[in-house]
Amino acid sequence: MKIKSQSADKAATIVFYIIAGIVVLLLAVFVGYLLYQGRDRLNLHFIFSAPVFGKEGGGIGPQLFNSLYMVFLSMLITLPIGLSAGIYLAEYAKPSKVTNIIRFCIEALSSLPSIVIGLFGLLIFVNLTGWKYTLMGGALTVSVLNLPVITRISEDALRNVSPSIKEASLALGATHWQTILKVLVPSAIPGLVTGVILTTGRVFGEAAALLYTAGMSSPVLHFSNLNPLSHGSPLNPFRPAETLAVYIWQVNSEGLAPDARKIADGASAILIIAVFLFNIVARIIGRSLNAKFTGKSSRK
Amino acid sequence: MENNDIKISTNSLELFYGDIHALKNINVEIEERKVTALIGPSGCGKSTFLKTLNRMNDLIPSVRITGDVYLDNLNVYKQYDIVELRKRVGMVFQKPNPFPMSVYDNIAYGPRIHGIKAKNKLDEAVEKSLRNAALWDEVKDRLKQNALGLSGGQQQRLCIARVLAVEPEVVLMDEPTSALDPISTLKIEDLIDDLKEKYTIVIVTHNMQQAGRISDKTAFFLHGEVVEFDSTEKIFSMPTDKRTEDYITGRFG
Repeated sequence: MKIKSQSADKAATIVFYIIAGIVVLLLAVFVGYLLYQGRDRLNLHFIFSAPVFGKEGGGIGPQLFNSLYMVFLSMLITLPIGLSAGIYLAEYAKPSKVTNIIRFCIEALSSLPSIVIGLFGLLIFVNLTGWKYTLMGGALTVSVLNLPVITRISEDALRNVSPSIKEASLALGATHWQTILKVLVPSAIPGLVTGVILTTGRVFGEAAALLYTAGMSSPVLHFSNLNPLSHGSPLNPFRPAETLAVYIWQVNSEGLAPDARKIADGASAILIIAVFLFNIVARIIGRSLNAKFTGKSSRK
Repeated sequence: MENNDIKISTNSLELFYGDIHALKNINVEIEERKVTALIGPSGCGKSTFLKTLNRMNDLIPSVRITGDVYLDNLNVYKQYDIVELRKRVGMVFQKPNPFPMSVYDNIAYGPRIHGIKAKNKLDEAVEKSLRNAALWDEVKDRLKQNALGLSGGQQQRLCIARVLAVEPEVVLMDEPTSALDPISTLKIEDLIDDLKEKYTIVIVTHNMQQAGRISDKTAFFLHGEVVEFDSTEKIFSMPTDKRTEDYITGRFG
């Protein structure tokens, strides 16, 4: 009996190692393929120059910038709202019918296909507002997409903070709000960082929700013009802004440049590198925030 | 009996968790600057009683309380702001629960939320509290390090220091040594002995010897009632009630 359970234990260990190995291998092959295909476009000229219409040698500068700006803007919208909603659900909402309905809605929202949210964005943020295709419209649309995720992750991160810490704070005479602000949210930072990474990755890669909201064109951007109100400024949120993922889709399906395939390959490689870099940076920021709050770890 | 000042008193205090009658007609008087121990078997209501004194039971939605608790002759449930009450009545929990912050920030947390911002005042409060909790010498070189890196006993003394930093008058302790090793326990007991010069201490303990060693008065709880409340000496040498005697001699519970 003992022998049997031990060999079962061994078998299970081996099976899980194999499965994990397959996942890692798949990822490595996939990333390797993308980087290999896009290898001759991994240069600064391609990254920083603008596309050239119908001719060879165009870059992806504006699209890459638009993607980054889109991530920034959508986070600016999603984070405060999502975190607040998470705080509400974790700390204030009493178990009741209304709370259950809210949770149900959040879950339903997070399982909607992004093209549906894109069309919703087209109705609301493009047509109803009369903005036409804008970066802001796109950012609001992907925020709709990401809000449920951030809300859910903040709620979980806050719930995972040990209740004994909350008790300690209240017993010292802190109010509920002080406890949330000074103990619960800082303790939840590692979980929140994971949420931010997931959602930024999603914004980087999102195409369907942005096709009809941020548009498939980018005006000529003058990077010396930093006035957010001026039309040609890259910082103007009320201009059309094709992102990298949308550009890949566009070039692949209707690109007119003779090197369209190469551009798509290069852009994909850059996209995946950008996502990696973003993850790493987010983790570093998260770790230093955490260290700033928790003090130096005495166990190295 | 010498006549001492009464710090806390209760008057026909009753507490219900939903339908469960957890505290029944509690009338006790807790003396200032004395250590009062609450003993009794698990589930007898002693921790529940302790938590009525700083209103930590308010956090549990199904709790209903009748009767009165007085701190300095003012009604805890009617005449105190809850923040003010908890500032005056601090609490140390069963398991050490330091915040996941530096040692310094743990101690400074209380003073900060009560509005002290000046760096020198905070420094002073931190040092003083850590000294009073007999922890200063052990942590003075690692104030900026995470408190979770300290040993269990150090963490519990840190939690005591954190309470002292708010300058309370009463310190409630809910089995503060049950998660600690014997040496750490002894240190905390010594500390309690020092603290009673300045603070009124109410301590829940499962450890009979501990109650005997450190307390001046002892209350024996059983099934939500106070069976006997007297000087520790009397409770442990010649208890009036048969049930008290059975419990402290280990015949049940």
